[in-house]
Amino acid sequence: MGLIWFWLVAVMIVGYVVLDGFDLGVGVLHLFLARTEQERRMALASIGPVWDGNEVWLLAGGGTLYFAFPLLYASAFSGFYLPLMIVLWLLVLRGVSLELRNHLAMGVWQTLLDGVFGLASALLAIFYGAALANVLRGVPLNADGYFFLPLWTNWKPGPAPGILDWYTVIGGLVALVALTLHGALWLSLKTQGELEQRARRMVGPLWTGLLALTIASLIATIAVRPASLDNYFHYPVTFIVPVGVVASLAAIWIWNRKEESLKAFLASCVYLFFMLAGACWGVYPVLLPATTGPANDITLARALSGPHTLAVGLAWWLFGMALAATYVIFVYSRFKGKVDLETSAH
Amino acid sequence: MSAELIHRLHFAFTVTFHYLFPQLTMGLGLLIVALKTVALRSGDEQWDRAARFWGRIFAINFVFGVVTGIPMEFEFGTNWARFSQLSGGVIGQPLAMEGVFSFFLESAFLGLYLYGENRLSKRMHWFSAVMVWLGSWISGFFIIVTDAWMQHPVAYDRLPGGQFQVLSFWQLLLNPWALLQYMHNMTGAVITGSFVMAAVGAFYLLEGRSKEYGQIFLKVGVIAGVIASIAIIFPTGDLHGKYVARHQPAAIAAMEGLFKTETGAGIVLVGQPNEETGQIDNPIVVNDVLSFLIYGTTKAEVKGLDQFPRDQWPTALPLLYYAYHIMAGLGTWFALLMIVAAFLLWRGKLYTAGWALWALLLSFPLPYIANTAGWMTAELGRQPWLIYGLMRTSEGYSSTVSASNGLFTLLGFMGLYTLLGLLFTVLVYREISIGPEPKPAAAAVHAD
Repeated sequence: MGLIWFWLVAVMIVGYVVLDGFDLGVGVLHLFLARTEQERRMALASIGPVWDGNEVWLLAGGGTLYFAFPLLYASAFSGFYLPLMIVLWLLVLRGVSLELRNHLAMGVWQTLLDGVFGLASALLAIFYGAALANVLRGVPLNADGYFFLPLWTNWKPGPAPGILDWYTVIGGLVALVALTLHGALWLSLKTQGELEQRARRMVGPLWTGLLALTIASLIATIAVRPASLDNYFHYPVTFIVPVGVVASLAAIWIWNRKEESLKAFLASCVYLFFMLAGACWGVYPVLLPATTGPANDITLARALSGPHTLAVGLAWWLFGMALAATYVIFVYSRFKGKVDLETSAH
Repeated sequence: MSAELIHRLHFAFTVTFHYLFPQLTMGLGLLIVALKTVALRSGDEQWDRAARFWGRIFAINFVFGVVTGIPMEFEFGTNWARFSQLSGGVIGQPLAMEGVFSFFLESAFLGLYLYGENRLSKRMHWFSAVMVWLGSWISGFFIIVTDAWMQHPVAYDRLPGGQFQVLSFWQLLLNPWALLQYMHNMTGAVITGSFVMAAVGAFYLLEGRSKEYGQIFLKVGVIAGVIASIAIIFPTGDLHGKYVARHQPAAIAAMEGLFKTETGAGIVLVGQPNEETGQIDNPIVVNDVLSFLIYGTTKAEVKGLDQFPRDQWPTALPLLYYAYHIMAGLGTWFALLMIVAAFLLWRGKLYTAGWALWALLLSFPLPYIANTAGWMTAELGRQPWLIYGLMRTSEGYSSTVSASNGLFTLLGFMGLYTLLGLLFTVLVYREISIGPEPKPAAAAVHAD
């Protein structure tokens, strides 16, 4: 049962990153790529009908984590208190600035709202990456399973780390570049004309940066937490995960060159999936490692909810997510193809 | 200030601000369905335009509700970690169900409703409106289930470590407390929606512009308003009150300001509770009414606060008392005003009755106050318990998050939400100024 819920929560997180990932990326990119008002509206219209639904994955995933692993939810959310609050503020600013643009489409407002939207998107990507890196590095858990981290201490992933240190900053940059690339691929898929071409040309430098950062993050992770490789050596077949990372990166490059936008975008989804799966597998069956010694680790078994809760939850969860998947597919199919500004007004 | 107080204020402030938006979302969602239904059946373009106008306001309101709602789910973990660790196995379920069953539905169909009118058939667009409404009401249900379990825990047992786990899915969802509270709360949301719609209609008529639309808004607002304003008192308020009296007698005593147990207890209409002397200052009391309202007979005994140990009294007693009286007082006003307005509407005189239009216009903020006061009554009445009878509020907050860090983020939220409140007002006022008339061709091409 624990394993099932571990993977269900993981599915929610992957769903969130893959879906909200591209609209975060578009948020970062539209500042640089869209030169005219027409182009900017095209870029934003490509995420307009779906960004809100994409954010639901975060809420549904958070809720699932809450009842399936209450200790992990309570410990991580209170321990990462400050960065989480900042994430919340950024989500508020980002959502409002995007929506307001539909209602206050004029001069100064536009500049301000676009700036806020872009900046909040970039910072969110960085925070998400840093959060994942914090989990991989471990936190100073006490015997009760709680901790509290300041935003930064000495920038070193030692025994008294902060949220930000050199390692987690690398994690943040990986996320920023990966999601920006993801957004560029989405734009080349959904927009047309100059904007589409610019987005496609942007993929090259982003891809190179991501390749370098992916390698750097891999080396850094092994350096900070050598035990990350144990599971892989124990089950060598799981080296398929790093192979998948490399293959999907290569596929992004090739399909973008061939202007096969959909395939390139899907390859980017696969890349994000393998990166997250690789990270999960690196710590499993620990969910939140302790820097204060393995006895304090929050493991799957320790955090798991009662058996009745999990049994009850499984029944409605599978039904509900099947339903949710239907809506998601329905909406994406209704808005498939290139953005058409004439018909997408609201 | 103690960490406990800061964490309480943190949640209270953010949830109070948040709920200003969903109450309109849920109320307006229903009324937009009404507008779309008439439009679909009659083929009258005017009702479609009316629906489009409210759709724009709905969209603004919805986004503010979403962005202020996301922090709520997180705050269980960030500010109330010990509570979450123990109760996550139960209340995490309805919170996750809200995401899975409601938010996916709501966001998908809202996207279709707002962006898809030109891509969908008329019937499909109507269907999107229905699904958006349904999504918002399902969402409300799961939140009420969560709260109801804290008010009146059912269907649980405890693991050796003290954690709660849920025993029955259906008993959790069909908690009688939840059903009663849900009916009362949704009626409250319809009151907000109908008062806002009627007020905008009254505004247009008093301004002498957009007359046809003003009349549509008044008609729909007043019809929905009169039904909801009566239903909020009877049966929903009555049933809910009696249930609270049975299961949280200390809360009822504090709400009513009843310090001493009385046979044939009177109801306090006005007055200030004095915790020092244990009586109401400057009281206006109607004899026997409280006994009658709770037990259906004027001679029944109602337990006063003197029956409960001091450490089980609601902690913010005067605030609870005032919140309840504000809610009840405003509820009375809503019923009176709407009955009069409905009578005028029936006689065909509402659209020209200036004084009634003014009363409707000026009353639009009151449902927000009443809904807020109602929630304060529920949550303050639950004190000193976090989970009624099982876990005290002082045992639930995050002990690793200091008062200073809590204050830091509370101030952050206060600043941010002040900004949001201003923006929201500007945006909605702007939509009302633009009005429901179709825009000239050039502007219609423009994004909104």
